[in-house]
Amino acid sequence: MSASPLPTRKDEDFRYADLAALERVWPVAVETIALGAGESRALVIVPEGGQVARQLAITLAPGARFDLRVLNAGHAYGRVALDVRLEAGANFTLGAAQVGGGAEVLEIVTNVVHAGPDAQSRQVIRSVLGGQATGTYLGKVLVARGADGTDGEQSVRAMLLERTATANARPELEIYADDVKCAHGCAVGELDATGLFYLESRGLPPAQAKRLMLQAFLAEAFVGAEAEEELNAAALAALEALL
Amino acid sequence: MLEITDLHAEVAGKPILKGLSLTVNAGEIHAIMGPNGAGKSTTGYVLGGRPGYTVTGGSVTYDGQDLLALEPHERAAAGLFLGFQYPVEIPGVSNVQFLREALNAQRKARGQEPLSGGEFLKLAREKAGLLRMDMDMLKRPVNVGFSGGEKKRAEMVQMGILDPKLAILDETDSGLDIDALRICGEGINAIMRKPDKAVVLITHYQRLLDYVKPDFVHVLAGGRIVKSGGPELALTLEREGYEAVV
Repeated sequence: MSASPLPTRKDEDFRYADLAALERVWPVAVETIALGAGESRALVIVPEGGQVARQLAITLAPGARFDLRVLNAGHAYGRVALDVRLEAGANFTLGAAQVGGGAEVLEIVTNVVHAGPDAQSRQVIRSVLGGQATGTYLGKVLVARGADGTDGEQSVRAMLLERTATANARPELEIYADDVKCAHGCAVGELDATGLFYLESRGLPPAQAKRLMLQAFLAEAFVGAEAEEELNAAALAALEALL
Repeated sequence: MLEITDLHAEVAGKPILKGLSLTVNAGEIHAIMGPNGAGKSTTGYVLGGRPGYTVTGGSVTYDGQDLLALEPHERAAAGLFLGFQYPVEIPGVSNVQFLREALNAQRKARGQEPLSGGEFLKLAREKAGLLRMDMDMLKRPVNVGFSGGEKKRAEMVQMGILDPKLAILDETDSGLDIDALRICGEGINAIMRKPDKAVVLITHYQRLLDYVKPDFVHVLAGGRIVKSGGPELALTLEREGYEAVV
């Protein structure tokens, strides 16, 4: 169990956090995952509980591959924070979907360090937020000196079902190597009205048309996962609870 | 089947339709032609119920009911199909999933049993074959990465699967090469030329009418029908232009 003090707003990772909610779950035990050279593993995290925070420290030895998928949905407060360290040629995938309504607060916080050369990290975050819910992604990718050949990607998109919902997205890059490919994109939007009308004009009732589009949107986080089907079904159940 | 009476409609506060009247009976194919800005696409969207297209006067009766009182999905369940000039791309949603859900939603609204996955695929394969579209394309996301011609053919496959009573086809011929034009024309005939169905073709050009022979041709200008006639009117328009007629 970590004995660290409760973070404050000065701490960048917690700037957007619901500190009152965090206090109720603090301190958070750090779960350690260490993959040896060339090792490969997949993990699915679906946090449980009304107030829940998970903190993972992941180290990937040279050539290791780790595929992590997260469904963060239906918590008054749900937070998943990751510290990831990639050695040479390691590969890290994060696909995370957040689905929240009411006054829920959902947070994904990542700190990915490319410590060795030629490693790849790919993060895809998709959030659907209704009511007064808040969905946050804070993601930092640090490319250390000498970590040439790094390939890092952050794709962050959020869909607001109501204007009262909030999405925070803050992808961040810190690069100390020369030969690096790092892409990041982020967008917050609403469902495309023309697309909805198109689906409705074919006979889908509005709620079903919405659900179909959002289902497809969230599925982007789970493409290629071993448990893709189960994750999509769980995301759909979370969506249906929201709509 | 369709009775449009003195229809007035506006978009973003700007009046577009100004007293449009049109009667379409079962078994008939009507062509609406007209210059740019005449209100052709607006007519289609108003009949389909697109948000933002506000009816300010007049009435539309479809099969004895007030069409304008129905939501877009209710209009579809009642047998109306709107073919889009610019079919919309829906990333992540496959044609097969979308059309099966749409068809079963329509069937549910009509009090019919849903089609099973197997029954649906058989139907989809048959209609795709009619439009010479590969089934693999129907497994891809709706219209994503389709060429202009493929989108229009996919629209016609949708129409075949949904089997409407009344189709309003907005510039189905735009973006089609000569072969695709013929395939779409033959598709429209095979699906819709029946005694209990009707079609309103909205088009700029005569060329689609070579394949889908209309019973009536109307000229829409300034938001209303200014001239009606038989198929020969389309040829006159093609030869002499709208200005000579309007």
